[in-house]
Amino acid sequence: MNTLKSISIKGMFVAFLVSVSSMLLADELNLRPGVTEISRSVYDLHNLILLICVVIGVVVYGVMFISMYFHRKSRGHEAAQFDDNHTLEIAWTVIPTLILVGMFIPSYGVLKEIYNTDNAEMTVEVRGYQWKWQYKYVDEDYNNSFSFFSNLATPRAQIKNRQVKTETYLLEVDEPLRIPANRKVKFLVTAEDVIHAWWVPDFGIKRDAVPGIINELWAIVPEPGTYRGQCTELCGKDHGFMPIVVEVLPEREFDLWYQDKVAEKIALDQSTKTQTDTEFLTVSSGG
Amino acid sequence: MSEVVHTDHHDEHDHGPEKGLLRWLYTTNHKDIGTLYLWFSFLMLFIGGALALVIRTELFQPGLQFIEPAFFNQMTTNHGLIMVFGAIMPAFVGLANWLIPMQVGAPDMALPRMNNLSFWILPFAFGMMISTFFMDGGGPNFGWTFYAPLSTTYGPPSTTYFIFAVHLMGASSIMGSINIIATILNMRAPGMTLMKMPLFVWTWLITAFLLIAVMPVLAGAVTMMLFDIHFGTSFFNAAGGGDPVMFQHIFWFFGHPEVYIMILPAFGIVSHILPAFARKPLFGYTSMVWAVASIAVLSFVVWAHHMFTVGMPLFGQAFFMGATMVIAIPTGVKVFNWIATMWRGSMTFETPMLFAVAFVILFTMGGFSGLMLAIVPADYQYHDTYFVVAHFHYVLVPGALFSIIAAVYFWFPKWTGKMYNESLGKLHFWLSFIGVNITFFPQHFSGLAGMPRRIPDYALQFADFNMISSVGAFIFGFSQLFFLYVLINGIRSGKAADGLSWEGAKGLEWTLPSPAPYHSFTQPPKVS
Repeated sequence: MNTLKSISIKGMFVAFLVSVSSMLLADELNLRPGVTEISRSVYDLHNLILLICVVIGVVVYGVMFISMYFHRKSRGHEAAQFDDNHTLEIAWTVIPTLILVGMFIPSYGVLKEIYNTDNAEMTVEVRGYQWKWQYKYVDEDYNNSFSFFSNLATPRAQIKNRQVKTETYLLEVDEPLRIPANRKVKFLVTAEDVIHAWWVPDFGIKRDAVPGIINELWAIVPEPGTYRGQCTELCGKDHGFMPIVVEVLPEREFDLWYQDKVAEKIALDQSTKTQTDTEFLTVSSGG
Repeated sequence: MSEVVHTDHHDEHDHGPEKGLLRWLYTTNHKDIGTLYLWFSFLMLFIGGALALVIRTELFQPGLQFIEPAFFNQMTTNHGLIMVFGAIMPAFVGLANWLIPMQVGAPDMALPRMNNLSFWILPFAFGMMISTFFMDGGGPNFGWTFYAPLSTTYGPPSTTYFIFAVHLMGASSIMGSINIIATILNMRAPGMTLMKMPLFVWTWLITAFLLIAVMPVLAGAVTMMLFDIHFGTSFFNAAGGGDPVMFQHIFWFFGHPEVYIMILPAFGIVSHILPAFARKPLFGYTSMVWAVASIAVLSFVVWAHHMFTVGMPLFGQAFFMGATMVIAIPTGVKVFNWIATMWRGSMTFETPMLFAVAFVILFTMGGFSGLMLAIVPADYQYHDTYFVVAHFHYVLVPGALFSIIAAVYFWFPKWTGKMYNESLGKLHFWLSFIGVNITFFPQHFSGLAGMPRRIPDYALQFADFNMISSVGAFIFGFSQLFFLYVLINGIRSGKAADGLSWEGAKGLEWTLPSPAPYHSFTQPPKVS
């Protein structure tokens, strides 16, 4: 009976260790490393803290399970009557303090790096609306700034289960934010109505979009590709339906796209201007 | 240790309870009011739980199947509000009412009429809040944290009812706290010095001070909302020169101590149950008291860790990260003390002990994820995802709620004079334990994979975790209906219980007969 029990306890312990280590290894269960330097250091930080927690957990739960197994009345264990032990109490105050200091220092290092928005090569204003994002490419002298909205592109029929859901269900937009690879892009995050939050997990950045306040974020993305995120602050009815899609283009490709956009914008400005003039003339001649 | 003189004076009138339903309306008796609080919170647990099951049903699969997003937001909001203010807090006040007079050797609470009032406010407060479901525009739909301007400029018309409901809940809590403080400081039996008080009494004394400190802050926040909505002020409206972030600072200055209000009494309960079933004195009584006190003090300087992504100066982030990490130290001390209490004891695992041990294990899990959330750069990835949902449900469900259930089983014989059925209790434990972990453990993974909280529909990669979570939620929800059955079964047909219902139980309440007399101690016991 006892051997059976001890085998099952050992088995449980092994199963626990295996499951914990497989948790650490299995990518789909862990945080994703992302693609930027920042997101990788956040990922490393996350793994470090997780590991510390798992080790502490194994020790604490281990002692607890040993006690629950051996110190049972049904095994005839007599209760000891001690109720303090100063050495132990000092140890379990001081050791956690040291561990915490050890966790604080690298965390502060990464945090400082995240806060360094200097030397950005371009700036995009990100503005949250109920329930879409607006991206504005801020030109240095504001003459050629252009902007567009980015709306959910998933058809209603998919949401209402009348159509088969595609792989990018709820994570697709009509016009994504486009940024160049390998350049430091600064994001100015704000909102028009209520608070939203702009998050691209693969860049390791998230910031609230608060009306009346402009928050700064930055990213350098080495890998061209499409990256997806979602609004992460409850912002009303369609909070779950305002995704973020960022298309990172190779630098040359981005520059061409950007020039096109600016040209388009200038043409649009002129056409509206002409229109206004004509309207003005029509009105005055009519009067 | 203590000596009780039982005298039966029958020369006074008004000794037993009144007959009929009016007993419950007029009662000023701490046991009756405790019972009212406990049944009320149980009802709220089922209402809040039903809302949670609506949420989990919608989230069972991707796509919108059953409810619309606007209604979903009302579900999450009211689930949170009802569970926090309707289930957990009143349950702890109910336990305080039942136990504190018995544990300090008093006949009743110090302020019995106010006690009656503080309970009877609650049904009206919640009646008002729940009635908003049936109003035009629906009930509160801005999350239980009701961030402005979503709750002010963009809130539904029923928000005013919500504001007054919160005011009533706050008034009730403040009155309850004053009563508890007055009882503890004035009505202890001779010889019971502060450092001889049972830990449940200590934790509630500290909790009551926290409540008195922060409930007015909450009242201030909702009053400013009221003014923004109706009287044209702009406290939280950026367009009028106000600041939406200020709302969050005020809310969380209330909200973080509130988190500890919901866990400190749980620490007290577990510190009674573990020694009783380990048949061994509590390890480190003094350090337990100091740990609770320091957690309470620290709870006032960590509020902004709920808002790391809001945009704060670097120094602010570092300060709140550091302060939050410091809380791990006293909390760790408590966990280590509990384990040292179990160590080399002579343990048996009746239902209250099972729930208390599960509390230590699973609350610690919540502590670990809390520590991870304190690390600001990592928090950017966790914030407002299901990782946070998993974290606070681990500290509130197998944390606070398990401790309440453990307390109900532990003191059940003292309250009713009957013993619940042990096998049914154990079955209830295992169903709850398995259910709670199936529900909340996968939420760590969906959070790490990037699923935001408070969304009615989700991308396909989160589907498996959500399905598992929903199955667990139904197991957990229905096992609480089973809990109701176990209790009713115990009250109706349980075996008679002894005064000392558990072999290893210590404390004044166990010197009383079971069920405890209507006026606990008519003669103060002597504590040596």
